[in-house]
Amino acid sequence: MMKSKADEEDYWNSSKFKAFTFDDEDDEFTKLKESRQAVNSICGLVEEEEDEDEVEKVSWSGEPVGSISWSVRETASSLREQSFPKIDTTPSLPKNSSGYSLSSLFKGKTKSFQSFSEVLSDSSVRLYAPELRKPKSEYKDYVSDWSPEETVHRMQQGKAVSLEKFRSLQEKLLLLDEAVGVHDGNVITAVLIYLKKSLSKEVLFRELESRQTALRHFIHYLTESKEQRLLLELYRALGRTEDEALLQYKEHLRITDENKRRDFLKSCVSLPFSPEDAGHVQDHYTLLERQIIIEATDRQAETGGKVEIFQKFPRRASILNMPLITTLYYCCFYHYAETEGTYSSPANIRQTFRIAEKQYFVTALAARAKLKAWHDVDALFTSRNWLGFTRKKSPLSFSRVADILSKNNAPVQVLQEYVGLVDDVELRVALAQKYKCHFIVISTYRDLKDRQLLLGYRGKVERGSEEERKIDELLSNPQIRWKN
Amino acid sequence: MAHSARRDSPELPDFSVLKRLARDQLIYLLEQLPGKKDLFIEADLMSPLDRIANVSTLKQHEVDKLYKVEYKPVVSTSDQLCFLIRPRIQTVKWVCDVVNADKAAGKFKRYKIIFTPQKFYACETVLEEQGIFGDVSTDEWAFYLLPLDEDIINLELPEFFRDNFLEGDQRWVRTGGSALHLFHSIYGPFSKVYGIGRCSKMVYESWREQVKEGEQKARQAEVGTVFLIDRDVDFVTPLCSQVVYEGLVDDIFRIKCGCVEFGPDVTSSDKSIKVMLNSQDKVFNEIRNEHFSNVFGFLSQKARNLQTAYDKRRGMDIKQMKTFVSEELKGLKQEHRLLSLHIGASESMMKKKTKQDFQELLKTEHSLLEGFEIRECISFIEEHINRQVSYLKLCPLSLYFFTGLLPKDYRSLKAQYLQSYGVDHLLTFANLKQLGLLVEQQPGETLTVMESKMGKLVNDKTAGKLTDAFSSLAKKSNFRALSRRLSLVPKSDEEYDLRVPRDMAYIFSGAYIPLSCKLIEQVLERDGWTGLEEVTRLLNGHEFAVTADLRPQSDAQRIILVMFLGGCTFSEISALRFLGRERGYKFIVLTTAITNSARLIEAMLDNHV
Repeated sequence: MMKSKADEEDYWNSSKFKAFTFDDEDDEFTKLKESRQAVNSICGLVEEEEDEDEVEKVSWSGEPVGSISWSVRETASSLREQSFPKIDTTPSLPKNSSGYSLSSLFKGKTKSFQSFSEVLSDSSVRLYAPELRKPKSEYKDYVSDWSPEETVHRMQQGKAVSLEKFRSLQEKLLLLDEAVGVHDGNVITAVLIYLKKSLSKEVLFRELESRQTALRHFIHYLTESKEQRLLLELYRALGRTEDEALLQYKEHLRITDENKRRDFLKSCVSLPFSPEDAGHVQDHYTLLERQIIIEATDRQAETGGKVEIFQKFPRRASILNMPLITTLYYCCFYHYAETEGTYSSPANIRQTFRIAEKQYFVTALAARAKLKAWHDVDALFTSRNWLGFTRKKSPLSFSRVADILSKNNAPVQVLQEYVGLVDDVELRVALAQKYKCHFIVISTYRDLKDRQLLLGYRGKVERGSEEERKIDELLSNPQIRWKN
Repeated sequence: MAHSARRDSPELPDFSVLKRLARDQLIYLLEQLPGKKDLFIEADLMSPLDRIANVSTLKQHEVDKLYKVEYKPVVSTSDQLCFLIRPRIQTVKWVCDVVNADKAAGKFKRYKIIFTPQKFYACETVLEEQGIFGDVSTDEWAFYLLPLDEDIINLELPEFFRDNFLEGDQRWVRTGGSALHLFHSIYGPFSKVYGIGRCSKMVYESWREQVKEGEQKARQAEVGTVFLIDRDVDFVTPLCSQVVYEGLVDDIFRIKCGCVEFGPDVTSSDKSIKVMLNSQDKVFNEIRNEHFSNVFGFLSQKARNLQTAYDKRRGMDIKQMKTFVSEELKGLKQEHRLLSLHIGASESMMKKKTKQDFQELLKTEHSLLEGFEIRECISFIEEHINRQVSYLKLCPLSLYFFTGLLPKDYRSLKAQYLQSYGVDHLLTFANLKQLGLLVEQQPGETLTVMESKMGKLVNDKTAGKLTDAFSSLAKKSNFRALSRRLSLVPKSDEEYDLRVPRDMAYIFSGAYIPLSCKLIEQVLERDGWTGLEEVTRLLNGHEFAVTADLRPQSDAQRIILVMFLGGCTFSEISALRFLGRERGYKFIVLTTAITNSARLIEAMLDNHV
């Protein structure tokens, strides 16, 4: 499926995408700026008196109000019978069948145009207990005699019904299945509420297990009415252990006291999560435990007024309940130099939570750059080989490093060091120009032996500047073999 | 801008009657509680209410004070309280607290709850359980259809998406049917209905039942064709970043009920202003469907024209000046105002997008859609996770494609995600899995192997759950196949001129034709699903096409109501408008809500109480 690299570049450089770039301060943007100026300059005529509402008032109705009776009559009279066929809305999965190939599930039934007459002849199949239905005249006036079908129908229309007459389990289930059959979630839930009141949990859970649609309605109802306990029991009865664990874990969000929350999270670790998620929950607990310790210490240090960094950069918020990476950033900011032995040392956090190298670097870089601790930034990327030579290494691209540094207003001297390390020549020049690292541009052109570009660039640097001198020096250097 | 519509395009029906209808029903309900009363309105009903009525309408019907429902004890001194709310258990519980507090304090008041668009049994159960059933009267305000524009009607039910597709709760199915029924009774009769998706089928059935129960009167159809589509048929489109003007404004500023609030950075003053965005705004109307890159050129041209129009006044004599002021000035001023707003908005969006490496994000999305350079996409996402870029801006589309990743990559990304945004996003991941957006691939197992293996294990107890899991798995691996079969991703070696779009792909910079809209195009073209068997198989079926034996009217046939169950994006609406212009159709979009990638992801969040 992979395209070759060349294809790929071709694709992105093809003109269809060039039409539109957000990055450049290109003509379009300038044009836009000009038009803004033009529009603003017309203010002479458009005095301050313009009414604020003018724009807000734009509405496209504004028709005079008809009388209530008119509109009610209008709706009623415009209802009319329509002859449309019934379509099969039951899921393609037949009930109670097992062992069939799953691939059959993916074959949708093709229902092309059915003509209306065709469908009428197709007598709709009633699934349930036709013997319950009696001729209409017999029961019409007796509420207690409504069949499941009629009861559900009345419920759909919001009419009064009595569910008490559905006493045997079979009747209750017929009622439920009828509600599910008409796809009205409101009625399904209503029947479930009745079943919840009139059946023991064990029986209800057992019956719901084979009725997925009803089950999902029941779960949603319990969730909305916050019946946590019953829901947990249900999950347990169904053997849905992961759902049970997640639901229990979710409870921690309600606990505001951090110590109680920590203890609760500790109890969550042993819940039946998947092994992978269990690890995450364990991390959650460990993290909060540490945050509580760090928070207590730092708050004291801050109010004590003796620790310089807290005076210079007062903490904006508590570190409690922040994500791991935010915590790491915080520690890189306030506790960077600490030895690995302390809870708040970045190295310790990195190790305890198995933070990926790249993620660690990005965070440490952002924190140190924010503090303008360029020396730390430098050290972060410097590695020594066995001969004692130093070189710069980074798990993330140097263009990204430069990007992060520039967003933190790093000076050119710092920036150019990293821009210079960008491998791709074109990208390097582009970045160097963007960040005004002139020497990088100049030396790159020199390496390319491109006299024309260098000459052109001379016009872009300041007159009499060091950069200009450097360019002149290169241009007059007889050692260089220019290619143009 | 320069699109010339086909001259034979039919006219859209007038939807203002829907507003009138809703307003009159509300007034009727308010009058059921005669005398002075205080009205409590659910927060998310305020904007819809604003579109159909105003405060003076309410005051005229003896509403004294207006409050927003805030789940706090109330301070009202009125002896009649009316609550206008959505049928939600939480809100009803709050009302119960209010009533019970009054009871405990020995206050005697009259209470009324107006549920909109309908009430649920579960809500009434709460009233019963809290011992106030009978103390509170309840009513339903059947406010289903809110016209947002001349071709957009909104149900304003964002929870439809989560309830139906995540929770599997079908409570809104009948609502959908009723909404369709209301539309049908005013603008029908329909002669053709197409659809795809489980929910679509159910809504169709519910609508059909309601039509059967209702009375009848023959009338001329204004809208003859209907297309119903479930949001889960196409998750890819709403997860893409939008680059058409209206979509981009929605992604960045969030359009709420047809109205957007532009902050000081747009207005270049210290105030924010609220602006209605619809076809009445002449400037907006011309740029809303345009690719963002075309918008600048258009706006500067407009600004120049405006300058010329203003310049006309130079050298006018008094009489001419008088005519100019009385006839042209107001229009010019209005245009001037709108123009500077949209220029301000464009500038502000440019700035924001440049900051966020938007170009790279788009590139990543396009690679994902094409299935190339997945490795690079992963490292792009990884880097953004590492830098804690807000998870809503974190290429939501990638979530969909995480599904195809090797378990090792998937697990590593998930771990980094949780580290950056908090472990409680475990709940989000669980939801995404349940929804079918995310599926963890089992190592070394293809679908068919899984099938035969699980086929033996399937019994009726777990059948439903497994079906869900497999259908989403199948759906996932099917995107590439669908994309090929429907040519959703145009050949990349051809130039794509965004100024003169040749197909609906222009809404995504020429990189992708939205699946939802492509299906609609194909079905209309073929007058059904014939020839699309392979496509529907890949989409898990549930397609239908039915026709009534009415004599179809040609004009009404070409006005097509597209009902999105679970929401649609502005980009899709733009694509449909384009299709309409090309083929001489007029599309009306009826949606449960306007959505976009951020709203879709937000609907999956559970990491709050």
